[in-house]
Amino acid sequence: MYQVGNLVKELSDKHGHARESLMPILQAIVQKHNYLTDEAMVEVARELDISAAEVYGTASFYTFLDTQVKGKYVIRVCKTITCSMKGKSDIIQSIEEMLNIKVGETTPDNQFSLIETNCIGWCHKAPAILINDLPFTELTPEKVTEIIKDYMQK
Amino acid sequence: MINLLINDQKVAVQNGTTVLAAARKLKINIPTLCNHDDLCVAGNCRVCIVEQKGAKTLIASCATPAAEGMEIHTNTLKVRNARKHIVELLLSEHRSDCTKCYKNQNCELQSLANDFAFGDHVFLDLVEDKKYSIDRSSASFIKDDSKCIRCQRCVRTCSELQSVAAITVANKGAHQKISSFHNRPMSQVVCTNCGQCVNRCPTGALVEKTAIDQVWDAIYDPDKHVVVQTAPAVRVALGEDLGYDPGERVTGKMVNALRQLGFNSVLDTDFSADLTIMEEGTELLVRLKKALVDGDKSISLPMFTSCSPGWIKFVEHKYPEFLPNMSTCKSPQQMFGALAKTFYAKKNNIDPSKIVSVSIMPCTAKKFEADRPEMRSSGFKDVDYVLTTRELAVMIKQAGIDFRNIEEANYDSVMGNSTGAGVIFGATGGVMEAALRTAYEIVTGREVPFGNLNITPVRGMDGVKEATIKIEGCVEAWKFLEGAELKVAIAHGLANANKIMKMVRDGKATYHFVEIMACPGGCIGGGGQPIPTNLKIRQKRMAAIYAEDEHKELRKSHLNPDVIAIYKEFLDQPNSHKSHELLHTHYVERDNY
Repeated sequence: MYQVGNLVKELSDKHGHARESLMPILQAIVQKHNYLTDEAMVEVARELDISAAEVYGTASFYTFLDTQVKGKYVIRVCKTITCSMKGKSDIIQSIEEMLNIKVGETTPDNQFSLIETNCIGWCHKAPAILINDLPFTELTPEKVTEIIKDYMQK
Repeated sequence: MINLLINDQKVAVQNGTTVLAAARKLKINIPTLCNHDDLCVAGNCRVCIVEQKGAKTLIASCATPAAEGMEIHTNTLKVRNARKHIVELLLSEHRSDCTKCYKNQNCELQSLANDFAFGDHVFLDLVEDKKYSIDRSSASFIKDDSKCIRCQRCVRTCSELQSVAAITVANKGAHQKISSFHNRPMSQVVCTNCGQCVNRCPTGALVEKTAIDQVWDAIYDPDKHVVVQTAPAVRVALGEDLGYDPGERVTGKMVNALRQLGFNSVLDTDFSADLTIMEEGTELLVRLKKALVDGDKSISLPMFTSCSPGWIKFVEHKYPEFLPNMSTCKSPQQMFGALAKTFYAKKNNIDPSKIVSVSIMPCTAKKFEADRPEMRSSGFKDVDYVLTTRELAVMIKQAGIDFRNIEEANYDSVMGNSTGAGVIFGATGGVMEAALRTAYEIVTGREVPFGNLNITPVRGMDGVKEATIKIEGCVEAWKFLEGAELKVAIAHGLANANKIMKMVRDGKATYHFVEIMACPGGCIGGGGQPIPTNLKIRQKRMAAIYAEDEHKELRKSHLNPDVIAIYKEFLDQPNSHKSHELLHTHYVERDNY
């Protein structure tokens, strides 16, 4: 769990205090910390003079604006039909075995979170995953193991 | 003007009028669900679809502006079939335990199902798969997601009318739900318990937390002496739930019905409203003297009224820096409660531990207020059970009372006498008017300079009202107010309260005294009042309140004989030590989420 500190203040000074600044501010917080804490959402609500529930409503609508604790690296495995047909389940199984977590969980050291996502637009190179912002495509269980290994050494 | 055809009938409407409103002008009924006269257009339930000639799809009439030359049909086979499917789809996600539901026969979805979706349904029942939750944490209401159809009337109410937005639409698609901040229990968020959402919920997803059974138990307990008080706004609205038109006063019949239900003593919150005027009026005058004459910088002005528990909680959450500005007076309900188990008990020689004190309120927030830990100054819970107007109507029906044909009766005494000033507490501006009628007379020795005591500038449905009263010809004790201009403001509905608070906070308005009621129209539009409540109905109830005032023999709080008696026999004088012990309170700061 991170402390939001002056971040929200800085972001709302940069993007403005109007309602339309809500998305860029939330995106910038997630960019930095991977997820939104309750404290961060309350702080955003205060800066923009809207209710904390409204901030939560917006955040919970978007899959990429997480409101649950997430690790440093968020692995999103595409669950849509093309990736499914091209072996998504094997990819997930490899990651699960490697990190010893299930889909939806975060490693105890807070390094990795594993979740499924809807289509990320890489159907032509399925199966695909995202690690934070970076896509990895045409995966096999071997390839994904190598990729995760690299991340573990970062 | 825009000309269009609806079901082959010509109609001309103003630019910007919706197809739905145009149809209503022709007395053509289009069913609606998410639509509500008090709220902005949502267009999400699709029940109001109609066929437009030349359009590919059916259109939602509530969300489509009428256009020149439009040809609309509201009752084609295509419309009927689509509407049946729409209602069936809503029902597939709604726990339809209608016969066991608190809203049975008072449910808009049930009535649509009755009209459009009878017979076999083609969609699967999804309720079992959805893992819905029921939140019973609030003292005022129950939020049952398994009955929610996500029409979002509650969300719009909380945001538009109340500027609180304690609830929002969270998640999306099949997971969409009406949620508080991060799904916290409703008792732990910024909710003011005003119940405006409960009043607008078309199903049983939001209902008051009822105390009907507990009250019946108390009535039938031979060891208990059950007293009941009735708020001013109840008598002008109760009839609506018992077959009367909006705006009919049923005061006398209500008193008789309460007696027939078995209450041992039927008393009136209007009495303690009059008492509130004595306490709050005195508090205001003392504050003004300390601030204006003694130059005491610790005195906070403007002073805000404290009768509305939704408004109190709003300030506790959102403007805690203004808590010192709140009048320390308890609401009339709680003043009554504190006196029922002290003064009333003593006078009637009843053991206060045997008294059960019940109030009938137009309000759901009063349930929360009665539960507050501060509200035990009699040594007991001052008000044991709070029933809404709607709950009282249920009890009257349960008891089989023929309400229309019962005789009218009078309140018991002591604590049953009231004046017109106490009655108008039920409408926005009423507390201000009642306070001015008394305070002006205390200060000048003369009646307020308005025809027939009707202080019209503080009346009406404007969201924010302001008035200035020049004080002239003061009696000796109040000479320091000579020539002073008393600036007052009134707001109803928390969105309007929010406007005033921002002006006061930013130094853009300087008032001495501000009356705020959490609900639109004041208590007559309270969250516990009969459903539906809308502007037209609020106006009729308001007219009835002022008619009740006009018909009262006494119309100034300080003339109430029960009030005079209680000061003589028990309280000594307004703001006395004893008054402070029993009739005044304090507030707590709360989180703003």
